[in-house]
Amino acid sequence: MKLLVKLSHKSRPIIAEVVKDTGILINVDRARSDAHEGEEALVDVPDEFCRLISERMRSLGAHVSILDEGVRHDRDECVDCGSCISVCPKEVFSFNSEWELQVETKRCILCGRCVIACPHQALSLNDV
Amino acid sequence: MDKTIDEINRRIRDGSARVVTADEMPSIVSELGEEGALKEVDVVTTGTFGAMCSSGAFLNFGHAEPPIKMERIWLNDVDAYGGIAAVDTYIGATNKSVTRAESYGGAHVIEDFIAGKAIELRAQSSGSDCYPRRNITTEIRLEDLNQAIMVNPRNAYQRYDGATNTSDDTLYTYMGTLLPHSGNVTYSGAGTLNPLCNDPGYRLIGSGVPIFLGGAPGMVVGEGTQHSSAGNFGTLMTTADMNEMSTDFLRAAYMYGYGPTLYMGVGIPIPVLDIEVVRRTAIRDEDIPVSIKDYGVPSRSRPVITQVNYAELKTGKIELNGEEVRTSSLSSYRNALKVARTLKQWIEDGQMILNLPTRRLDPSKQVKSMRETRKVALVQEIMQRKVVTVKEDEEIPEAARKLLKGETNHLPVLNEQGRLVGVVTTFDVAKAVAHPERRVRVKDVMTRNVITTRSDEPVDIAAQKLDHHRISALPVVDAQNQCIAILHASDLGKLFKPGGQGL
Ligand code: SF4
Ligand code: SF4
Repeated sequence: MKLLVKLSHKSRPIIAEVVKDTGILINVDRARSDAHEGEEALVDVPDEFCRLISERMRSLGAHVSILDEGVRHDRDECVDCGSCISVCPKEVFSFNSEWELQVETKRCILCGRCVIACPHQALSLNDV
Repeated sequence: MDKTIDEINRRIRDGSARVVTADEMPSIVSELGEEGALKEVDVVTTGTFGAMCSSGAFLNFGHAEPPIKMERIWLNDVDAYGGIAAVDTYIGATNKSVTRAESYGGAHVIEDFIAGKAIELRAQSSGSDCYPRRNITTEIRLEDLNQAIMVNPRNAYQRYDGATNTSDDTLYTYMGTLLPHSGNVTYSGAGTLNPLCNDPGYRLIGSGVPIFLGGAPGMVVGEGTQHSSAGNFGTLMTTADMNEMSTDFLRAAYMYGYGPTLYMGVGIPIPVLDIEVVRRTAIRDEDIPVSIKDYGVPSRSRPVITQVNYAELKTGKIELNGEEVRTSSLSSYRNALKVARTLKQWIEDGQMILNLPTRRLDPSKQVKSMRETRKVALVQEIMQRKVVTVKEDEEIPEAARKLLKGETNHLPVLNEQGRLVGVVTTFDVAKAVAHPERRVRVKDVMTRNVITTRSDEPVDIAAQKLDHHRISALPVVDAQNQCIAILHASDLGKLFKPGGQGL
């Protein structure tokens, strides 16, 4: 499951602390640091520990939201061209035998590359 | 045992014609042999569905009261052509809206018309005794027009090149997003289904031949613009009535960083008259070569990195310099198949009768490049030869002093040998001053990945570099990477000043 963790500037190394505390491994898919808004990390955690980890992080002062969905795919706008396939770093997109686009949103790390690459504006990200 | 077009049409009329799609033809020929296939198959349908930028439509709005001769015309704020009086216009697919987001263009106006939406028409005129009206603003739908005739100057290329990008930056092109360091490959075209690939000699595809265009029955007008059949890059000019089109086979698109374009479905039926037609329509993906060109090189003659075929491209991966690289199609094979299958259905149902070209296309035409009578402006004409530089080991205050004295925001940084190794800006220096503990020398704060230009580079390419990287100056280097000058964004203005060397 993916969690979006927002940290304020002054906070402690929360992700490291939670890993140390719980012994559960957390995969950081993406991280961003912004002078005004603080730090933001997209992390991947095992489904069964999702609650435990988000509670722990919140208690340490982080803002945590669960992202149950990756990239969104609008079937009506999509023309099955496949422009998105080669730009995705996580191989979220593929064709089936009928040349119809398949989207495995679970693997998505919300990098946004495909959103720009789609000529038909059929892909979008939740506002995160 | 050749067949005539009349025999084939008779079978179409009585519903006994055997129609197949072009992708089925190779296996039919290998199963039945050429003679057998000629006997068995009457028509092969082809299809393609992809970005066809050179598309558009002639529209006639009917006369207003009092009447106007429209000279400047906008449809949903997209400029349309105002040179074909009085209430006629041509709307081209790639024009961008002047007010909406740049992702809305002529292609979207066309799609919106076909989807039945209302479009705002705005027009101006200088007025005349016969056409006194100066302005008009009104809302119109496709059904309100007298004519909406799509005429696409350049559709259905016979062949397409593929694209990759060896440069260090992501490029946004009409070939889609190209990742740096050959991170991906993009291509276009339907391979075995491509209409002109199934008739490379232009025996059966020519003026007056019936086609499928955007869901409507249409026809080939003649050779398309930039038709270059000698190099296998033939094109077709096509036409059909927009009223009969459907958004299933026509879709507006927006290529990031490039602009609007129109995805069109085009299909052409080929009557199987003789063995030659059988051989040509038996073409497979493996037989159609695609040159992968390097779009990292901003020149008309882009180097070919490798040569592959559609069968390889369609696996989703090809090998490039020993590495596996993923491929993306820009056109839709699924929709190309849908075009070919729909066209097949039309013919089986007797809805489309075939005919031979009323005039054949030139199969040996060679396209020319533009004749340019004025020299392209080069960086050396506008660069500043007096350039203040700084050494990488100098201390920050020295850089600050030079920035002030040179009245510049950029200092190229040189190493001991005088080679360019970085750039410092006023911003870098200000940051260094704010955190003096960590940053004492120029090399601690400079940007190392410097974007440069050369004195013999065309100004437009340098300008695109400034734009693309959102920077305001480029050091000009020679072959030894010595910094010989600097080009500021503000220098670009020199070209347009009175007395300057206009472009
Ligand atoms: S957002 Fe990034 S990871 Fe997600 S599908 Fe698009 S390209 Fe792939
Ligand atoms: S790039 Fe867009 S239109 Fe093309 S297959 Fe992907 S989602 Fe569909």
